[in-house]
Amino acid sequence: MTAVALSGVERIFRTGKGRQVVALEAIDLTVGEGEFVSLIGPSGCGKSTLLRQIADLDSPTSGTVSVFGKTARQARLDHDYGIAFQQAGLLPWRTVAANISLPLQLHGVEKATAAARVEQLLEMVGLSDFAKSFPDQLSGGMQQRVAIARALAEQPKLLLMDEPFGALDEITRERMQSELVRICQESGAAVVFVTHSIPEAVFLSDRVVVMSPRPGRIVGIVSTTPVAGVERGEAYRDDESFFHGVQEVRHLLHSGHATDGPRGEGAR
Amino acid sequence: MTSLPGQRAPVSKVTAVVAPIVLGAALIALWQLLVRAFHIHDTIVPAPSDIWHQLTEEHTLIFDTTRKTGWNALQGLVIGTVVGIVGALLAHGVRVLREMAAPIVVAVSVMPIVALGPVLYGLFGGMTDTARIVVAGIAVAIPVYLNTLRGLQQVRAVHRDLMLAYSSTPWQRTWAVTLPTATPYLFTGLRIGSSLAVISALITEYFGGPSDGLGFTINNEAKSGAFALAWAAVVGSIVLGLIFYIVTYAVERWFARHR
Repeated sequence: MTAVALSGVERIFRTGKGRQVVALEAIDLTVGEGEFVSLIGPSGCGKSTLLRQIADLDSPTSGTVSVFGKTARQARLDHDYGIAFQQAGLLPWRTVAANISLPLQLHGVEKATAAARVEQLLEMVGLSDFAKSFPDQLSGGMQQRVAIARALAEQPKLLLMDEPFGALDEITRERMQSELVRICQESGAAVVFVTHSIPEAVFLSDRVVVMSPRPGRIVGIVSTTPVAGVERGEAYRDDESFFHGVQEVRHLLHSGHATDGPRGEGAR
Repeated sequence: MTSLPGQRAPVSKVTAVVAPIVLGAALIALWQLLVRAFHIHDTIVPAPSDIWHQLTEEHTLIFDTTRKTGWNALQGLVIGTVVGIVGALLAHGVRVLREMAAPIVVAVSVMPIVALGPVLYGLFGGMTDTARIVVAGIAVAIPVYLNTLRGLQQVRAVHRDLMLAYSSTPWQRTWAVTLPTATPYLFTGLRIGSSLAVISALITEYFGGPSDGLGFTINNEAKSGAFALAWAAVVGSIVLGLIFYIVTYAVERWFARHR
């Protein structure tokens, strides 16, 4: 079964005075179960809007979005995905532990079960010592780890992430990427990851979806699975296949403005 | 403001407490010295020692009038706060109500509310404290309403998205995000309101009603030439205002930690 299937998705925003902005046009994309797919493109290319269609935080003007074979709306009502944003979006008046347990609490999970799960998640993101801290006592990277733990709280089979590391410094960012790879391997969740960093997309993803703006559309998809024998770890960052992936994505990004670009699978 | 997180030079706690006391004592000493040196008559300004004398001599009167005004102010504060919060919740929930209320709220907030005093004494009768409580209540309700309403509208987009992603119910959104977001704003309104409650209850006594309370005493004693006693009642009103402010501030601090 596929985790996400988008077909012919179009999103048009109507602004004042009858003007229209085509945010997304003719988007066809499928994400397999357990697959890590990044959406990359310049600002305004509609990558966040696309993610919001999958999360059912916004609805397409035309076309269909299905998540695990259901409508996006039904998937949201069934709590089928976890989500993390560029801003950690923690509730500042709740402790770290209470923030992570928010979705569990909202969905009526029993207190003892929730507490055990929170403990497990805190360990997973390495913040066991900070359970009783408040968000403003943590660094940006730590807050983002809390947000990721919260997104994973209900063990979703799909994780939606909108530039979650966008506000972090380069060093923290690389460490977080490695942690995310480990967490995803442990949980087996499919991930749709929005970013504007090429190395980040290539390092994390099985496939990188390259988008271009006005109107937002897919100009190509690059397969970025490491070659056989190479682990997706720190060594991968120095590997030939990583450089090759970066190069390919960059070429597609730059060609995206001028030409229509290839559709579907990029060459590899 | 009482807390200054952005202070440039670190001031030691001792300095922070001692410095204002020293300044206050110096000013009172200077006041005393000037009044005595120039033989200023107490119809102009009584000496601090005379005021102190009246405070100790008439401490029962000062205490009773302070308690009386304080009780009126407290009732007004509680009623005004409840009205303000409930009004803000309604206005936040029902857009039509908010727009209908907006011009009335503006009109009431620019009106000097104590000016209603004489009218309300006519309405509720001059033998009761009702007019004083109502004036204090209106004075409090306005800032509490405006600040709470503003607070309710401060929910961040990322929190709204998050709660939508969790397919939470409107009630869950209210207790988990909207109310805690609004709380600091509510307390800003309450802090303004607590001072206004005392001032309004006190000033309304100038315009009539029962013959008691700090405002009545200040007015009455000043008219009859007992200026030192009138000043003693002024000291009582300063203490009362401080008590209201400090208690509100303490409640706010407690909530900031426990919301």
